[in-house]
Amino acid sequence: MTALTAPMNATRTASIHPGWLRAAHWLNAVAVLVMVASGWRVYNAAPLFAFRFPREITLGGWLGGALQWHFAGMWLLFINGLVYLALNLISGRFGRQFLPLTAHDLWRDLRAVLRGRLAHADPRTYNGLQRAAYLFVIADIALLVVSGLVLWKSVQFPLLREAMGGYDGARLVHFFAMAALVAFVAGHLVMVALVPRTLIAMIRGR
Amino acid sequence: MRITKRSLLVSVDGEAAVKDALKLLSTRVEQPARRAFLQRSLTLGGLAMLSGCSITSDAGVETALESISRFNDRVQGWLFDPTRLAPTYADSMITRPFPFNAYYGEDEIREIDGDAWRLEVAGLVSDKRRWALSELAELPQQEQITRHICVEGWSAIGKWGGVPFAHFLKRVGADLSAKYVGFKCADDYYTSIDMATVLHPQTILALSYDGQVLPSKYGYPVKLRMPTKLGYKNPKHIQAIFVTNTYPGGYWEDQGYNWFGGS
Repeated sequence: MTALTAPMNATRTASIHPGWLRAAHWLNAVAVLVMVASGWRVYNAAPLFAFRFPREITLGGWLGGALQWHFAGMWLLFINGLVYLALNLISGRFGRQFLPLTAHDLWRDLRAVLRGRLAHADPRTYNGLQRAAYLFVIADIALLVVSGLVLWKSVQFPLLREAMGGYDGARLVHFFAMAALVAFVAGHLVMVALVPRTLIAMIRGR
Repeated sequence: MRITKRSLLVSVDGEAAVKDALKLLSTRVEQPARRAFLQRSLTLGGLAMLSGCSITSDAGVETALESISRFNDRVQGWLFDPTRLAPTYADSMITRPFPFNAYYGEDEIREIDGDAWRLEVAGLVSDKRRWALSELAELPQQEQITRHICVEGWSAIGKWGGVPFAHFLKRVGADLSAKYVGFKCADDYYTSIDMATVLHPQTILALSYDGQVLPSKYGYPVKLRMPTKLGYKNPKHIQAIFVTNTYPGGYWEDQGYNWFGGS
């Protein structure tokens, strides 16, 4: 009995998110904010579609300033992302937190959230929807980095360029990957507002 | 005297307001983590309010961004493969009409007298004589249909013809181990590029556009065409070319555009 309860108590007081993960999360949040806000200003210089982003919510002031922010923020996004992935894989957290992801779990949790009944009983374990969302946003940021690399250096990376459908294709990929990231952030913030203790956990660790 | 007093009063007021708010918070928000979080964000907000400084116009931030841009120049120099060619396109894919772009409007395009025009060559070169347009036309020519990518994001496919720039620089005995080649233009534009790009096989001194004499709006009599660099690195109406080891900067580069500006 005591042998069983002791480790359970230990896990209860142990942190939900290790320090390196929290650091990576907040650095990524800053990087995403900088990249999206400056990227909107860059978009405004030659809009792909019939709209512009309001100046007030963009970063950089003018195209040159926005590009400086964008090409500085990219290093934070890229290096922090690599560290995040590496530590996730080395520590085994990646497999523990994100896998397995089954269509059944995803469907069940998707229906639950639509009925407003998604359980967050144990903040240490991600439900199917969380797993899918976090795996998606990891892949989406990777796609943003790769399509951004093509836009930056389209001559130097011919294989990536052709994979994106050429320079113009890479612009579209970069735009829609940004839109998907913003949609993720919106959903993420709604969930945090609904379950505020997840924010505390991401700050304090538990 | 009065002014000092007043500004002091304002800052004291601001601090007092933050303090009051913090006091209120500490009694109302019991959870320690939440309180700490709110306290921190409130203090930050209060700080920004008091100093009234904008993050983007801060001199320190600007210096930091500028040095990262210099770092990105080096990274791009390192990524640049001197033998890798930019993609070329079929005649049918040329963008028509090809867009005009400059730091001034289309009504301000400079009209240059091609007969009187002479190209100056200066700096680290052995032969500094001036070149007439007809003399440039006698040098070996090369044509390319490539994509012009603007820093704004749009791109257009065009067809340029002219003298391979490496050939021209060898012809004037340029020091090809120098760091930079700079350009001064008849429209008061100026820019400079790295030697690796100078020697790239697709870098040409363009004398023609789409099989015609280079029109004024595309840079008559001579422009530098490089499909490995963004539009603002491709100077038009070139008046003088100089080879140097001293960083020459550029019209847009001095205002904050990245100097290497390569694709």
